[in-house]
Amino acid sequence: MADLSVNIAGIDSPNPFWLASAPPTNTGDQIARAFDAGWGGAVWKTLGEPIENTYSRYSSVDINGQRMMGLNNIELITDRTLEDNLIEIAEVKRRYPDNAVIVSLMVESNPEAWDTIIKQVEQAGADGIELNFGCPHGMSERGMGAAVGQVPEYTCDITTWAVSSATVPVFVKLTPNITDIRAASRAALKGGADAVSLINTINSITGVDLDTMVPRPVVGDKSSHGGYCGPAVKPIALHMVSQIAADPETDGLPISGIGGIATWQDAAEYILLGATTVQVCTAVMHYGYRIVEGMIEGLSNYLDSKGMASVNELRGLSVGKVTDWAHLDINYVIKANIDQDKCIGCGLCYISCQDGAHQAIGAERSGDRTRVWIIEDACVGCNLCSLVCPVQGCITMQERDYGQTHMTWVEYTGDEPPGELYPRPKHGLTIGG
Amino acid sequence: MTTVVATSGLSPQPTMTSDEALVEAHRCLMCWDAPCTRACPTSIDVPGFIKRIATNDLVGSARTILESNLLGGSCARVCPTEVLCAGACVLNDLHERPIDIGRLQAYATDDVVFGGFELFTPAPSTGFSIGVIGGGPAGLSCAGELAKLGHSAVVYEASEHAGGLNTYGVANYKMDLPTSLAEVDFIEGLGVEIRTGVAVGSDLGIDELMEQHDALFVGVGLGSVPLIGLEGEDLAGSEDALEFIADVRRSGCDMTGQTVAVIGGGNTSIDAATQAAMSGADHVYLIYRRGRNDMRAYPHDIERALTNGVEFMHWAVPVRIEGDDRVKAIVCQRTLPNDDGWPELVDGTEFRIPVDRVLRATGQEKRTSWFSMLPGVETDKGGRVVVNDSYRTANGRIWAGGDCVNGGKEVVNAVAHGKAAAFDIDETLRTAAAGK
Repeated sequence: MADLSVNIAGIDSPNPFWLASAPPTNTGDQIARAFDAGWGGAVWKTLGEPIENTYSRYSSVDINGQRMMGLNNIELITDRTLEDNLIEIAEVKRRYPDNAVIVSLMVESNPEAWDTIIKQVEQAGADGIELNFGCPHGMSERGMGAAVGQVPEYTCDITTWAVSSATVPVFVKLTPNITDIRAASRAALKGGADAVSLINTINSITGVDLDTMVPRPVVGDKSSHGGYCGPAVKPIALHMVSQIAADPETDGLPISGIGGIATWQDAAEYILLGATTVQVCTAVMHYGYRIVEGMIEGLSNYLDSKGMASVNELRGLSVGKVTDWAHLDINYVIKANIDQDKCIGCGLCYISCQDGAHQAIGAERSGDRTRVWIIEDACVGCNLCSLVCPVQGCITMQERDYGQTHMTWVEYTGDEPPGELYPRPKHGLTIGG
Repeated sequence: MTTVVATSGLSPQPTMTSDEALVEAHRCLMCWDAPCTRACPTSIDVPGFIKRIATNDLVGSARTILESNLLGGSCARVCPTEVLCAGACVLNDLHERPIDIGRLQAYATDDVVFGGFELFTPAPSTGFSIGVIGGGPAGLSCAGELAKLGHSAVVYEASEHAGGLNTYGVANYKMDLPTSLAEVDFIEGLGVEIRTGVAVGSDLGIDELMEQHDALFVGVGLGSVPLIGLEGEDLAGSEDALEFIADVRRSGCDMTGQTVAVIGGGNTSIDAATQAAMSGADHVYLIYRRGRNDMRAYPHDIERALTNGVEFMHWAVPVRIEGDDRVKAIVCQRTLPNDDGWPELVDGTEFRIPVDRVLRATGQEKRTSWFSMLPGVETDKGGRVVVNDSYRTANGRIWAGGDCVNGGKEVVNAVAHGKAAAFDIDETLRTAAAGK
């Protein structure tokens, strides 16, 4: 069994699976139960001046009957007293010395406030602190959370204060509600951050109640934008993680990946794109702490299957495989292939290609079934048919070697292209004028 | 101790809950040129109505169904979906359970069909009047479509209620009587006039109808199940299986303690046998002269009969019924297939089964003599009315559809006939009027 233990910014964790700062880490009792279930670490729900929440706090996006593909919340930081939290932090660390306990913090923007609370949580035994510069709702209206994270100068300044006060590693949690995430990660590093955590939630309105016409979640007769998370945000988060991992200016800055992680596969993808630990929230809010069992076992089995003794061998292996479009091989040719033995005749590949792509699939009635076939000359290898096909392995994309030369856009438009552009299907005038 | 709630097989499966319907609707792949739609005789846009369920647009879903099939509510219950839409579902090829199209269709249509919801606005009156003889599925479908098109449609129904086999001949466990009657109300709500208790031929002459209406549609179905010609067939307890089903629907039926023999291997036979078993009969025999694979009944119905404890006696025919004033036993003889596969009696193989009731389901008779009243209308050698592709008979003012045309098929086939005939009647009358 592969070794899943990691060290991030000097903090040891028995595995890379952490709970994100959120409702599942609201109390010491919860975190103790999470550690019992197998979670390697937890980021304590953000401490600060306790707030009051609204009733009704979450809303979600369901897709075709699948619940909570995306979750939105307008819940604020902890509503519990700092004293209670500090007692519980100490107790959790006493009982679980090997698990990582990071405490998320958010206080008003002055050095004294940060210094005071950092000293308190360090005294309680926190292994690290996470500066919440990401919360996009409520707290940002009070000049905290995303209000800080959206301005790199503020991020840098407050990180500097925190780092000067702290003896434990400082994580900076980044907001995705920003044009280029690298501005924020660079500012955090400049301020002395030991690691970054991303992404925090995305500004969102999940929907509108079509009877009352009030957006969700409904608070009386109004709503407010919230923070979006869950499986729907994973692609956005993965992109941002990969951007930071590949950024020479933040080379070596450890990353704790967050956003839609529910399975070991999700975690492996984050690690491949540069994350050292991953933080989970929505999936636990949906299914409970028990999901970590499958995550630990699945990741371990995967590493074994790849012949890797440690999860550390996996980290960052995909970072270099993300490049700019201009460096892709435009002479790489693939064509769709339909395994007729597997085809069930739903016709979705035909209609999606016909209306939504490049008219490269033929269809006809064959008895009581629909028969489909690829029109190879028209196929641009876009993948769409293989994406809509409901049968595993029925439509595959197959590489074609016509002897064409590997050539990027940069090379093709350069002074001396290495070869010819392989001819591709064209769509000319299709309706008369 | 488990309490078993006996429903006496008198209640059909409950309608889906919205949770069930949503889960099922989301399973639908929304095929292109969907095989389910192609398999439906009325070409209902199945993925279209299912996806409207998925988006909580039940009115749109019902409209999608009823635009193709005005009797979508009963077809949802009585159609052999296993061999039609659901049988064609591509999920079968994925080794998955096909979409439960029948129950989804019932879910989608119930509020509209049984809720008095007005879905269709009839076209402006054309002034044409069409007489529809027979208030079964073919006639109701035809009359409903005609009313939608702005014609005056009058249905003449000999029985107390319209609905035909939906009202009198469907086993209760598939659809109950109130459901059928509610659907008749829905058709009436489209502007159709239904006159019940009027037997055309005896109460009302054909000539009269031809004078009163611009066109006629005939959907009179088939007759009763004739006597087989067995000794003792006139004893009390020996009856037409369709009459038995109708009785169950009218007044319920407690068959506790009884032993029943049903003769025949078709769908009526299976329905009667299953209904008897579900109604508490001690033992139900289904006697059929040939083998399992020769039965005309659908495999899923055979399966249900077996599950309900019906005992199949293959390669046997009844030779007489014994009893004093009531049926006491049925005497059968074994058969064997000859070289052509047809059953032949085997001498010396008689056996006697004590039974309380004998239900014959050996095929309804054709109404050949009734059709001889209709001028110019022809019937074929099998007694079926001859029509063209538009369901017009050799008499240019008379159309026909349903069991009297196809010899006895599904409700959905009758609905398709009625609909197609209505469209042709509409076009014919308008064209003729324009030419004047």
